[in-house]
Amino acid sequence: MDKLINDFSYGLFFWQAIILFILIVLLAKFAWKPILAALAAREEGISNALLAAENAKKDMQNLKADNEKLLAEARAERDAMIKEAREIKEKMIADAKSEAQAQGEKMIESAKASIESEKNAAMAELKNQVSTLSLEIAETLLKGELSNKEAQTKLVEKMLGDAKLN
Amino acid sequence: MMILRKPISILTAILFLTSSMVFSASETTDSLQVATAPATTEVEAHGEHAEEAKSPKEVVNAHIQHHLQDDYYFTFFADEAEGKHYGFPLPVILIDGGLKVFSASKFHYGETVAEVDGKFYKLYHGKIYETNAAGDLTMDDHHHPTNKMPLNFSMTKNVVSLILTAVILFFLFVGLAKTYKNGHNNLPKGFSRVLEPLVLYVRDEIARPNIGEKKYKKFMPYLLTVFFLIWLLNLLGLTPLGINVTGNIAFTLCAALFTFFITQFSANKEYWGHIFWMPGVPVPMKIILAPIEVLGMFTKPFSLMIRLFANITAGHTVVMGLIAIVFLMKEQLTVGGATAVSLALTLFISVIEILVAFLQAYIFTMLSSLFIGMAVQDHHHDDHH
Repeated sequence: MDKLINDFSYGLFFWQAIILFILIVLLAKFAWKPILAALAAREEGISNALLAAENAKKDMQNLKADNEKLLAEARAERDAMIKEAREIKEKMIADAKSEAQAQGEKMIESAKASIESEKNAAMAELKNQVSTLSLEIAETLLKGELSNKEAQTKLVEKMLGDAKLN
Repeated sequence: MMILRKPISILTAILFLTSSMVFSASETTDSLQVATAPATTEVEAHGEHAEEAKSPKEVVNAHIQHHLQDDYYFTFFADEAEGKHYGFPLPVILIDGGLKVFSASKFHYGETVAEVDGKFYKLYHGKIYETNAAGDLTMDDHHHPTNKMPLNFSMTKNVVSLILTAVILFFLFVGLAKTYKNGHNNLPKGFSRVLEPLVLYVRDEIARPNIGEKKYKKFMPYLLTVFFLIWLLNLLGLTPLGINVTGNIAFTLCAALFTFFITQFSANKEYWGHIFWMPGVPVPMKIILAPIEVLGMFTKPFSLMIRLFANITAGHTVVMGLIAIVFLMKEQLTVGGATAVSLALTLFISVIEILVAFLQAYIFTMLSSLFIGMAVQDHHHDDHH
């Protein structure tokens, strides 16, 4: 300890105090201030960037959810449209079928009606013919009766026989 | 090998002492003498025939002592057999009836008397004394010269090393600061890349947790400067340049005083309240605690001073002692063996010293910020007293 005090160099102490003081002042002004400011600014920048990234991530998630929703809606709409179309198609087929059936029935009906009318007309014609024929027979018969009985009878039989053939 | 084992165990003990916090300075040199003593006892027997010459042990001790002390020359290496020194003398600045500046070369390594403006000065054991033309020194009982000593503000080896380190430090960090000129996202390149994480380390691991988020910014310049200055000086002390600034008590005293004054001047009301009138204890206790707390104000920086000084001094002493094995044990181990042993041990200690260099800078800064933090903290727990 005696040696330590004896060897104490106040000269070094003096210079050291001056140098250390100057060094602190100079470094504070030219080095520590800009360095610490830059580091702080960088850290702030990094934390801001992280925050922004986090926000962007959230936005992305929202966007994705929205897209998903839209897609689901579109899909539902498409399904509905397909269903509707199928219904329309079935309805059209059913309509066409019933229409065709009605049309057919109507045609058959009219065909039947015309056949009936034709038949009636033919029958009327036939009746006319028969009446005419009957009249002619009666005329001829009457003419024959009036001349020959036998011959008349024969004629009548023959005529009747002819008439049967007709 | 038995000779070798003894010093190793003692050296290991020294190593543990080095890392301990309470380590008195005078013990440092004593323990080295213990460490080198067993290694040199054998050599002394061989050297007995030459009575005039110093024993190798004394030479080594003198060398270590000389290295630990400040110097007026920046000597890189010297040939003692021929008395040649390779280096350069530094300016001597004395205040003795006016400012006297002259080159240390006038002393011729203490061999001659320097005559400046009609006055004569002699360099004796690292100190400058005023003498007569013949250079006579009158000694007292303790072999200390009683001659008058002029006020000495010389630019010694430590001062020059300190200035050089300060300049290096300044350019390193101005370089780092420049990288941020083009925007704070501009990442540093080269060596600055190493410095940036260290700056962040001091800020985030030392200042912030100890001083507190609100107030740490004000003390950052001091903490950063003192951290990097001590670290760089410690590292430069491990180079063969042979400088030993942080192992000088004047340096550590100055640094500790800076911490002391910064602590006292930035202290708030609560800090002084806790020292002179401790809240929450009975009045008699307050009176007893006050002197203890006042003493605590001074022991804190004192421990800073001693810790750094003792650790670095011990480190330098051990490394130099281990290097000395080359000379002291070459007769027992042959030249190659002694070199190998010395190299291995020195390498081992040097690696630890690199760690200690960082550790001591860290501890100094850490404790400084702790003391400052204690002085500026808001004591919210006062309500609970």
